[in-house]
Amino acid sequence: MYRYKQADQRLVEDRVAQFRDQMTRFLDGRLGEHEFRPLRLQNGLYVQRHAPMLRVAIPYGTLAAYQLRKLADIARRFDRGYGHFTTRSNIQFNWVRLEEAPDILAELATVQMHAIQTSGNCIRNITTDPFAAVAADELFDPRPYCEIVRQWSTLAPEFLFLPRKFKIAFAGGAEDRAAVRFHDIGAFARVADDGRIGFEIFVGGGLGRTPMVGRTIRDFLPREELLNYFEAILRVYNRHGRRDNKYKARIKILVKDLTLEGFSREVEEEWAWTRGGPGCISDATFREMEAFFARHDYAPAAADDPGYLAALAGSRAFARWVERNVSAHRELGYAVVTLSLKKTGVPPGDATAEQMDGVAELAERFSAGEIRVSHEQNLVLPHVARRDLPALWEGARALGMATPNIGLLTDLVCCPGGDFCSLANARSIPVAAAIQQRFDDLDYLFDLGPLELNMSGCVNACGHHHIGHIGILGVDKNNEEWYQVTLGGREGSQAVLGRVIGPSFAAGEIPDVIADLLEVYVDERHEGEIFIDTVERLGLDAFKARVYGGAV
Amino acid sequence: MSTLIRHGTVADDDWQWIEGDVTQLVERMEAGERLVLPLAVWLAHRLRRDPPRVGVWLGPDDPLEALLPWLADIPLVAIRFPLFTDGRGYSLARLLRCRYGYTGELRAVSDVLVDQLAVMAQCGFDSFGLRADQPPAEALAALVGGLRSPWPVIAMP
Repeated sequence: MYRYKQADQRLVEDRVAQFRDQMTRFLDGRLGEHEFRPLRLQNGLYVQRHAPMLRVAIPYGTLAAYQLRKLADIARRFDRGYGHFTTRSNIQFNWVRLEEAPDILAELATVQMHAIQTSGNCIRNITTDPFAAVAADELFDPRPYCEIVRQWSTLAPEFLFLPRKFKIAFAGGAEDRAAVRFHDIGAFARVADDGRIGFEIFVGGGLGRTPMVGRTIRDFLPREELLNYFEAILRVYNRHGRRDNKYKARIKILVKDLTLEGFSREVEEEWAWTRGGPGCISDATFREMEAFFARHDYAPAAADDPGYLAALAGSRAFARWVERNVSAHRELGYAVVTLSLKKTGVPPGDATAEQMDGVAELAERFSAGEIRVSHEQNLVLPHVARRDLPALWEGARALGMATPNIGLLTDLVCCPGGDFCSLANARSIPVAAAIQQRFDDLDYLFDLGPLELNMSGCVNACGHHHIGHIGILGVDKNNEEWYQVTLGGREGSQAVLGRVIGPSFAAGEIPDVIADLLEVYVDERHEGEIFIDTVERLGLDAFKARVYGGAV
Repeated sequence: MSTLIRHGTVADDDWQWIEGDVTQLVERMEAGERLVLPLAVWLAHRLRRDPPRVGVWLGPDDPLEALLPWLADIPLVAIRFPLFTDGRGYSLARLLRCRYGYTGELRAVSDVLVDQLAVMAQCGFDSFGLRADQPPAEALAALVGGLRSPWPVIAMP
């Protein structure tokens, strides 16, 4: 993991002092609400429905056990004993007091954490594959590049007041587990024929009001040019992106207006000035960063540990958990474990302080003290020896985090919705709970197989509903909550946006609608065909007919 | 009354601001007034201008290209921030300083607030026409102790 150098530590401490001063000036009236707003947003502080919300950055989703313990401590002392992990691998505290925000930031700074640029019209937290450095299909570890871009983008003076927010994601595996094509810039690991390391660069992707799949602007960008090239993109966007309408201010609209070719020409022209120049990242910088993320030192472990095999044979519950929540590791005898934050009845992504402390302890016992946050809002332990799986499973069960549903229907992704968020048109948590309750039969869930359900409480799409195999969007019709259903969305290398199946539904109807969609799948699927593939093969009509009874 | 901070101290503003194409501009220039002209007016008059005396101000979407051949002679370039949240001026400043080598006075004007001064300075501004309600002492302190990115802001070509 990256460890702060003196300059990093000083920056977060100075930032606390700066924000404390700004908060004081705001509270005593010397700083107006209008002037304070972007300052508090760039420190992660929103004013929400019930209370202010503080969004804390978890850079590229990586946490050390001691950091997670601090998050638990903050949840207890400053919130109501829990936090919410988000689809951008951050954590939100929903019940903080405005005037205590600087104290929370000071606590974070003691464990090398902060809330800088987790909101506002600036470069946001960098995200990546939660399986970075342990996935079997990885070309190279994307985290050194994430860290370089994190440092460059933190307080990057030219880009603190962009037309709109700006999100960057990296993926290092053959499979894209970071949804890079749904980011303003997505970087996908590539190794050229001559062995050079670089990235395919996507631009203009995003969800929200105008969802778009990012398009390739460069097939291969050598890694040393990352910052020169990103700076070129950001500068073109900063100068020419729309500022007259916040709904048309994301870079995807500029790319659409200029066309990809036109936008690309502007970027190339800008990049031509810096290409090969002093902004190139040096080999020394790469080496220094790579050293922070050096491969974990794995003690030899047997793949077929007898205790593990006995547990598999002896316990159906354990075997199920292994089937769904344990993933292949590049190292023999090791596994990647996903701890489910999707237990029925608990808002997706929420974790209590006790769970956070418990996960920190499990990470120290079984995963070299390291935890990852996935954009599906679960926690991942990346370095677990297979022989430890039974003990880890027991520990996770005790914490209520061993629900064997990763990748299944009830592992649904969901924003905080109208219960908390002042932007939301509708609540999402109760609908998620109703779905989880309706479909909590494990045999049925396992039979359905991999299925992604995403729900957002408004068009801002924090729940990424467009890329759910089934997507649910809360909409407001005459001050009532309604829910629109999309079908066929997909992330990864075959990224595609879901399509609306028809008129929206009342909240109470949603579980039945989902049941109808699942019935069509079960009736029509070919042997071994997963839900999304059946949807793509059949098209929407069969599903619409079942849901609307041929009335549409 | 707006305070001017130049090179780290409160200074008197000895420039006259011209908003549009006003009458008697040439006469005023010839009489020795130090004028700051909007880009379009500056371009229209540049053949007759007296280099040490004429400055130019840019809006956030003004192009820089027309200025470039004369940049070495311009004593003052001001960039207007219609709103402090409009970040286009930051890019203009960096381009002028780092790419085009402008060494004269580079001033941020209009909605210029204490909390952005350090970042503006990092982009290359060395003078600041503060919004009227901004306290000069706090502004000076922000310029000295304001938080800056430790990542080297590269002297881009």
